[in-house]
Amino acid sequence: MTHQNSNWDLSPAPESTGHISLKEHYGVFIDGEFRTPDHGNRFQSINPATGEVLAEITESSSQDVDRAVAAARAAYEGEWSKMGGRERGKYLYRLARMLQEKSREFAVIESLDGGKPIRESRDVDVPLAAAHLFYYAGWADKLSYAFPNRNPQPIGVAGQIIPWNFPLLMAAWKIAPALATGNTVVLKPAETTSLTALKLAELIQEAGFPPGVVNVVTGHGDVGAAIVKHDDVDKVAFTGSTEVGKLIQKSIAGTNKRCTLELGGKAANIVFDDAAIDQAVEGIVNGIYFNQGHVCCAGSRLFVQESIHDQLIEKLKHRMGTLIVGDPMDKNTDVGAINSREQLATIEQYIEVGKQEGAEFYQAECQLPEAGFWCRPTLFTDVAQSNRIAQEEIFGPVLAVQTFRTVAEVIKKANNTPYGLSAGVWTDKGSKIFNMTAQMKAGVVWANTYNLFDPTSPFGGFKESGFGREGGLHGLSAYLEI
Amino acid sequence: MNQPQIARVFNSPVIDQVGVVERAKRFTTRSIKSEAKMQGLEMVLSMIDLTTLEGMDTEGKVKQLCYKAQHLHDSIDGLPTVAAICVYPNFVGLAKRCLAGSGINVASVATAFPSGNSSLEIKLADVSMAVSEGADEIDMVISRGRFHRGEYNFVFDEIAAVKAACGEARLKTILETGELGSLDKVRLASDIAIAAGADFIKTSTGKIQPAATMPVTLVMLEAIRDHFQKTGLMVGMKPAGGISKSKLALHYLIMVKETLGDAWLDPKWFRFGASSLANDVLMQIAKQRTGAYQAANYFAID
Repeated sequence: MTHQNSNWDLSPAPESTGHISLKEHYGVFIDGEFRTPDHGNRFQSINPATGEVLAEITESSSQDVDRAVAAARAAYEGEWSKMGGRERGKYLYRLARMLQEKSREFAVIESLDGGKPIRESRDVDVPLAAAHLFYYAGWADKLSYAFPNRNPQPIGVAGQIIPWNFPLLMAAWKIAPALATGNTVVLKPAETTSLTALKLAELIQEAGFPPGVVNVVTGHGDVGAAIVKHDDVDKVAFTGSTEVGKLIQKSIAGTNKRCTLELGGKAANIVFDDAAIDQAVEGIVNGIYFNQGHVCCAGSRLFVQESIHDQLIEKLKHRMGTLIVGDPMDKNTDVGAINSREQLATIEQYIEVGKQEGAEFYQAECQLPEAGFWCRPTLFTDVAQSNRIAQEEIFGPVLAVQTFRTVAEVIKKANNTPYGLSAGVWTDKGSKIFNMTAQMKAGVVWANTYNLFDPTSPFGGFKESGFGREGGLHGLSAYLEI
Repeated sequence: MNQPQIARVFNSPVIDQVGVVERAKRFTTRSIKSEAKMQGLEMVLSMIDLTTLEGMDTEGKVKQLCYKAQHLHDSIDGLPTVAAICVYPNFVGLAKRCLAGSGINVASVATAFPSGNSSLEIKLADVSMAVSEGADEIDMVISRGRFHRGEYNFVFDEIAAVKAACGEARLKTILETGELGSLDKVRLASDIAIAAGADFIKTSTGKIQPAATMPVTLVMLEAIRDHFQKTGLMVGMKPAGGISKSKLALHYLIMVKETLGDAWLDPKWFRFGASSLANDVLMQIAKQRTGAYQAANYFAID
């Protein structure tokens, strides 16, 4: 009865890494084979939580890109574009099943390479990647039902460039609709997170895809540029920064290349005074601290109706205090490592900017590991719409909080941004939700939830957050001549 | 019905059921290993209200329960005792005698448990009997019929009257959440019970399904947290019914820790109403100590 516990702290619960297989170095995946180019240029992929080197990755040359595009072209002109939809679907189903079978290995590698908590890679990234493959596999033989009377045809060779925040998931988002519609692919993962794309290439090889249907070239930005500029690429799909998105648009101007861009965001997450406040707090946390805030649709601008501001911030700070920050491989970690030294520097710079702009700064108290790149969950209150931290995408665990009084005011403020990828609305009133969703200039508006994804739901931006949609029927049309 | 209903005075926040379920599920992804597990399991044992609430309860059954409460598993050294035993009022005197000097409390259900369908006089007499027999804790039920009729003042007044009748005994107020129908109503009932003076709020009688669930308990914990943030006063929580496995009990503790903080991880502020949970916890403790699971027959059922 007098049993007293001053503190009950969780013991370490590390996910084991013994079961994964990683090569010391990876070549490029072209025409169904891993090839080590003669130039021998490589760079290291490190674990951002420890600084330890995981593998060496090939820095592809423009000749490597040429070879990859040529292989994709040959595969396209060969059997892939002529294959029946049902057959293409079978390959995708097989890949989806194999990914599920190896989900543990993929989750561990994703967390090692990218720094995201194993809880997220295990429960979100990998299952969702498989779900996308399954979903588009199902469409492969039903394209004429998706677009009745339109005789949908593939486009050709798709150059796909993906970011470092959801490496495997973005690869699946890109590859699945492209292959389901009969296109072939040259994929370039981000330089800090190439490993799961290369592991996916291994699966594609193992699944027996015809050579050249999917090719993976690795390296930095100039490799991506070489793909974008390549004459024999018919379609460019890019997810990444708005800055690079604009460069891509410039470089393909005057060509007949098709293009979809999924770029940055600075989403408004709006909490009304009639919202379920504790669940809203949960959604705010999920909106900005999920994947260390490395999320293009992160709810990085919080708008709180003034009458509940103090109560909500108190609850939010309490919740932030329960977030476990640290080793991404620990099953209890909520917030992992910042993806790279460069990104950490960017985030820290913005935190300084926020302080100088006079916003009130708050960080959750937590012990950080010594090695690796870390940032505590951060909160700025008393932020003004004119502050840089309320205008620019930080891409880190930094939340900027503003207050509002009326619906009209918050709609204006929420839309007063060059971005328009996503938004969140928290209210108990259904009519208010529909009013808000109709007026938000954002590709995705979540109501009473945040950062929820489903393969059937199209995702993409307004304004400088890009154009084109991924997911759902819309995602198919980006890869078809209709 | 002319007086303003207390529900409006309280202005209980709305609850989003989907969000609550999602949050509750998140606690179950916490991985509780080695030292934390052992510490947690012992904590669970110390928070159990070992319960028998059957029509066929006898002196013999209650005596056995009292013995079990003091000697959970004597072949393992250093185990805590349970927090209390929970019986009907007519067994309180016997239980007090059996548990004399053990430090284990005697809790008694009262107020026309489990339905609560009787007059206030009879309910108060029920409470007074248990208290005079020496009950340390009273587990009352709220009038759910009146609650559903919107007579929140009646529910409030009844709890306040029972609290007054409790004297020194601590009052646990059973909301019977399985009969309330929505999480919004669970929150409202929690707020009313807390305001009326409940020392603990409790989910269920154990006679109605569903009994305690994690989402329901989370909503009640949030009511307790909001009250604490407003007043600085702590209120206890007791989920009852349906928690029979150690793993689930540990996830409840995680939920308490992350919602209310370590201060509530104490039998004074958190209890499990359960009859079969203790043996599963003992089995896990034995496994942690010896490295091997022992068969259920090695653990006394009463």
